[in-house]
Amino acid sequence: MSPQQVHHEIPMTDHLFHEGVVDTRHGPILYLDDVSVSFDGFKALNNLSLVIDAGELRCMIGPNGAGKTTLMDVITGKTRPDSGTVFFGQTIDLLEMDEPDIAQAGICRKFQKPSVFDALSVFENLELALKANKGAWATLFHRLNGEQRDKIHHIIETIGLKANYQQRAGILSHGQKQWLEIGMLLMQEPKVMLVDEPIAGMTHQEVERTAELLLSLQGERSIIVVEHDMEFVRSIATKVTVLHEGAVLTEGTMSEVQNDPRVIQVYLGG
Amino acid sequence: MELIKLGRDKTCITVLGILAAVTFVIPLCNWVFPADSVLHFSAYTVSVLGKYLTFALLGLSLDLVWGYCGILALGHGAFFALGGYAMGMYLMRQIGTRGVYGNASLPDFMVFLNWKELPWYWFGFDHFGFAMLMVVLAPGVLAFVFGYLAFRSRVTGVYLSIITQALTYALMLAFFRNEMGFGGNNGLTDFKDILGFNIQSEAVRSMLLMLSGIALISAFLVCRWLVNTKLGRVVTAIRDQESRVRFLGYRVEMFKLWIFVFAAMIAGVAGALYVPQVGIINPSEFSPLNSLEIVVWVAIGGRNTLYGAIIGAVLVNYSKTVLTGLMPELWLFTLGAAFVVVTVFLPDGLVGLLRRRLQEQHA
Repeated sequence: MSPQQVHHEIPMTDHLFHEGVVDTRHGPILYLDDVSVSFDGFKALNNLSLVIDAGELRCMIGPNGAGKTTLMDVITGKTRPDSGTVFFGQTIDLLEMDEPDIAQAGICRKFQKPSVFDALSVFENLELALKANKGAWATLFHRLNGEQRDKIHHIIETIGLKANYQQRAGILSHGQKQWLEIGMLLMQEPKVMLVDEPIAGMTHQEVERTAELLLSLQGERSIIVVEHDMEFVRSIATKVTVLHEGAVLTEGTMSEVQNDPRVIQVYLGG
Repeated sequence: MELIKLGRDKTCITVLGILAAVTFVIPLCNWVFPADSVLHFSAYTVSVLGKYLTFALLGLSLDLVWGYCGILALGHGAFFALGGYAMGMYLMRQIGTRGVYGNASLPDFMVFLNWKELPWYWFGFDHFGFAMLMVVLAPGVLAFVFGYLAFRSRVTGVYLSIITQALTYALMLAFFRNEMGFGGNNGLTDFKDILGFNIQSEAVRSMLLMLSGIALISAFLVCRWLVNTKLGRVVTAIRDQESRVRFLGYRVEMFKLWIFVFAAMIAGVAGALYVPQVGIINPSEFSPLNSLEIVVWVAIGGRNTLYGAIIGAVLVNYSKTVLTGLMPELWLFTLGAAFVVVTVFLPDGLVGLLRRRLQEQHA
């Protein structure tokens, strides 16, 4: 099954507008055009344009301050851009939505610093992330059904925390917290996953497993990975975007990008 | 499932046991034994204990907001006072012609101010049911409006604490004014009857103590259930990492708002039970100092356990009764010192200390 087919929730012959449905019939699932963000005069994003296709696994690299985290902040509603357009599919304008709306629409995020809830157990962390009605009233009376319980246990196995599932997340190692947060992403069944520095603090084996996991998800979900570790990027990336000073410097395969003189200049400070 | 977990928590069971004993045994003793018996508790003891129970209920509601949701509300006393005023207004209307001026249609202070008729916001307070509705509605609506504005604008931390303090201070100033129609400086007092029974009588005192105990135990069980639901876990998550919870798709401000409103309603009930037992409600209940004291009770007892707040409220207020009797000028210094010592050496309060001891015994 090709990635395009999975994301076609609307038949090709239907030309009507469907509210709330992510329309990816034309390919792109995320569409950023001419986006600028400045903080006190510093241009964090400078007329950035970017298109991510449905089912794609895209890696983002770039030196510190290139705007990678700001880009994720804009997509997830944390930061409002000064100008530009950000669309999810053909029809959903992300600039009109706030963080919970965007998360419920299917764009989920793993933070650079692992952000799990230390006071809650591994199981409870995943339970909170579970795709469900997230209103206060529904949450008060929410009981896990067998299917949801199975799903949580399935993901606990996927992220290798079976032995720790009743432990408080606060006592996990850094790498385990990273995995737990990836697990929380999976629980939300997102259409787009934004993954910020997933392998920091992981052992060599954990890194390999992360690469396998991300590769197995592409096609089914669209994934943007921000990572500094070039070896890791090479192991998963088909397409790499290089950010520099808040704009896209170049895009291409890893070897194309690495041989681009502008990229070499940016990274080596030539 | 929930009850099994409750049963395993020994401290919690002990606290509940003592509460139940105070609630039911003391009124029973007073009913069974004659007034000259050793086992007969004086009306003073009964009202003081009843007062402690209402404070415990107030502390419990703050623990829900502060210990579980991480909102350091420094104006929680305002909701307690509003509940108290609602009850006070009902009790005022019960006085009827027995006031100094013998005016059945107006409370004494209004006659004194030369008012001709009852202000509209006093309508309905002749009815017990309506007054009880106001006991929860007035604090609830205030908490809703305040919380909606504050949480939606994402005011958090110290800033939120300061505006809650300002809220209660503003209310205190307003209630001090005679034109407000709540008795001004003197507040509401000289109560005679509640539901037709003499409020000074021992039987009513015992009944009020019992009701306070029942309210406290029920509120404790409901809060305990609440914090163990998925909503309770979301609230804990909000306390620790508010912005992260938003990215999971939860509308954080709504969760904070409902917890805040619910706690304000419990505080209102506490205030309503407090007023008939002490016989007066005046604007000093809105004083920011009172609200700070609630925070100290909860900190000393131990946050984030619910029963810690109950222990803290009772212990601190018992010490207050004893110490202000012996050396009134020393009380505030003692309270301040206790707060500092607990904050520095016992971040989890007395309950934390107790738990550690129990764990050491097991190990």
